[in-house]
Amino acid sequence: MKKTGAEIIVESLKEEKIECMFGYPGGVVIPIFHHLFNAPFKFILARHEQGAVHAADGYARASGRVGVCIATSGPGATNLVTGIATANMDSVPLVIFTGQVSREMIGNDAFQEADITGITRPITKHNYLVQDINDLARTIKEAFYIASTGRPGPVVIDVPVDISKGETKFHYPEKAVIRSYKPVTEGHPRQIQKACRLIESSKRPVIYSGGGVIISNASEELRNFVKKTGIPITTTLMGLGAYPETDPLSLKMLGMHGTYYANHAVNECDLLIAVGARFDDRVTGKVSEFATGAQVIHIDIDPSSVQKSVEVDVPIVGDCRLVLAEINKSVKAPQIGPWVDRLMKMKAENPLNYRDSESVIKPQYVVEKIDELTEGKAIICTEVGQNQMWAAQFYDYTEPRSFISSGGLGTMGYGFPAAIGAQLARPDSRVFDIAGDGSIQMNIQEMIVAVQHRLPIIITILNNGFLGMVRQWQQLFWDKRYSHTCINFQPDFVKLAEAYGAMGIRVDHKKDVVPALQKALSVTDRPIVLDIHVDREENVYPIIPAGKSVKEMITSELI
Amino acid sequence: MSQHVISVKVENRAGVLARVAGLFSARGYNIDSLAVSETEQTDVSVMTIVVRGDDRVIEQVKKQLNKLIDVIKISEHNLVTSVQRELALIKVNASPAKRAEIYQLGEIFRAEIVDISRKTITLEVTGEPDKIDNLIELLRPYVIKELIRTGRLSLAKEKE
Repeated sequence: MKKTGAEIIVESLKEEKIECMFGYPGGVVIPIFHHLFNAPFKFILARHEQGAVHAADGYARASGRVGVCIATSGPGATNLVTGIATANMDSVPLVIFTGQVSREMIGNDAFQEADITGITRPITKHNYLVQDINDLARTIKEAFYIASTGRPGPVVIDVPVDISKGETKFHYPEKAVIRSYKPVTEGHPRQIQKACRLIESSKRPVIYSGGGVIISNASEELRNFVKKTGIPITTTLMGLGAYPETDPLSLKMLGMHGTYYANHAVNECDLLIAVGARFDDRVTGKVSEFATGAQVIHIDIDPSSVQKSVEVDVPIVGDCRLVLAEINKSVKAPQIGPWVDRLMKMKAENPLNYRDSESVIKPQYVVEKIDELTEGKAIICTEVGQNQMWAAQFYDYTEPRSFISSGGLGTMGYGFPAAIGAQLARPDSRVFDIAGDGSIQMNIQEMIVAVQHRLPIIITILNNGFLGMVRQWQQLFWDKRYSHTCINFQPDFVKLAEAYGAMGIRVDHKKDVVPALQKALSVTDRPIVLDIHVDREENVYPIIPAGKSVKEMITSELI
Repeated sequence: MSQHVISVKVENRAGVLARVAGLFSARGYNIDSLAVSETEQTDVSVMTIVVRGDDRVIEQVKKQLNKLIDVIKISEHNLVTSVQRELALIKVNASPAKRAEIYQLGEIFRAEIVDISRKTITLEVTGEPDKIDNLIELLRPYVIKELIRTGRLSLAKEKE
């Protein structure tokens, strides 16, 4: 029996056993929506396509599954662009359907036409313009395979409306066979042995673990590796939660806003073991002065990440989980007692800190209280800026997929829709969006989606009336000229929450922070907005200015 | 910045050229020459790309090319390990009195005369890029009216 292209899409998604799809309708995707109407999986109607794609992304990061979303042609598709780029930078598996005008109209400046495969070419792992209905099912199979294997990423499938309306026999292939795409997952045995010997003879080793460990579900292998070798470990922003930050060997986060001791450990180490991390500029600062005395082992599934910004002595291309498991089989613990003692002393003497106050609420205090009241078991989504860094610094992450944030692209407005996706993926977890008063306004329209689906997301606005991170840079590096970063002309967030049918609580005093959080945690049937008015000019410390080295780290007055 | 000759085997499909070219243009690199054609397998095309760039950046571009789903194989070629050819069509001013000189020059380079008019001669020449450059230089004094040359083709030599 023949099926239409639209039916083939829905049937293929059923074959992929998706639980949930995000999107927004429009003219050329009506045929597809016609069949989504009674699809057996959940469909979440966003209020802006950007909300849909970020929600699919949050769903993917929280669950480890492929996120799926759909938008119409033209503006629908272009509204996805920021979300696609966000997912691409952070290696998030997404399959994104866009409608396209009918094939004979392509290139004619038709109504709501945009060349979305052209636009998204540099920000997707791969994309397709379906030209023949007989290719449709195979294309979807390939898209899921490409999105979720190797270094994951977003794949766009652009479907002209006449393809959706056309008919053919449906057959969903069992396997995707792509001759030019065969990601290497097993590390080379000789390289692995080389790495083991280097580790065993090292005197001052440090593990630098990134998002790849979380993506490849290698957290357990990483923990075993640390247990076996006793090597101290620091993680990137994307790697938070892969190793419990409550453990003494955890040096917490490194990089621009990383801890004093993590950055000094990396600077002084003789062996840097990078696992699923890509030596991003926010981690290395000035590359020529980064870990200059260290030999480098780099485990990564993406060969183009290796030798990209730093010289690597032992590259191992492969899946972090498989490679670490192999290393764990044969590696022996190095003799590093004095080094570990020194780092532990440095850690005790230079903790992350802030000067607390009774008269104003410190944003760091709020994050600490969230950690305390949730016993570190919440899923923390963040926006981008100071809120993101405080969320990273002052909450001790102990589990993978518990910190969800736009690391690579740094997309303001990501956190809240991502929280929607995360809450749908993990209904039994408490999900927070730690936000700023700037970024929360970028996708606030999605509030109604959270209300509609009774998602008890706790939106914690660290409200300082500033675009705080930019203001901080203006203060430190641009003569305190606060050009257009003061945004204290703002809506009443409590009334706004109420208008959407969410709960809103304004907090102005320190003593009210804990009760407000407790109140929020007691609500389970709708989102809660905590509008917490914090110290307006609090800064994120430590900070290594962009392009500088650890020597130029600016710490808070307390270190 | 040194010149690199990169041979890329790709799936013969729409959009592949844009993906490949995008990796160069995104870094502000201008492709000096480009030749694309089908191969002995009709579903495979080969692109020969000549580009000038920092060795380290080119190395990174090659890795990124490898990451493209439609790219099957990449190799870097040089004149020792591969046969490289270009073809040029050169229309040069030639009054009847100068025809013989130009004809002789062409012969030395084994160029063919493919068009002749009262005022011009058009030569077709193939060979390694240097040879073509040399002929062009020798023809300049006669005033070249129009010049066009193909992208470089490069085929790896069979290893013994």
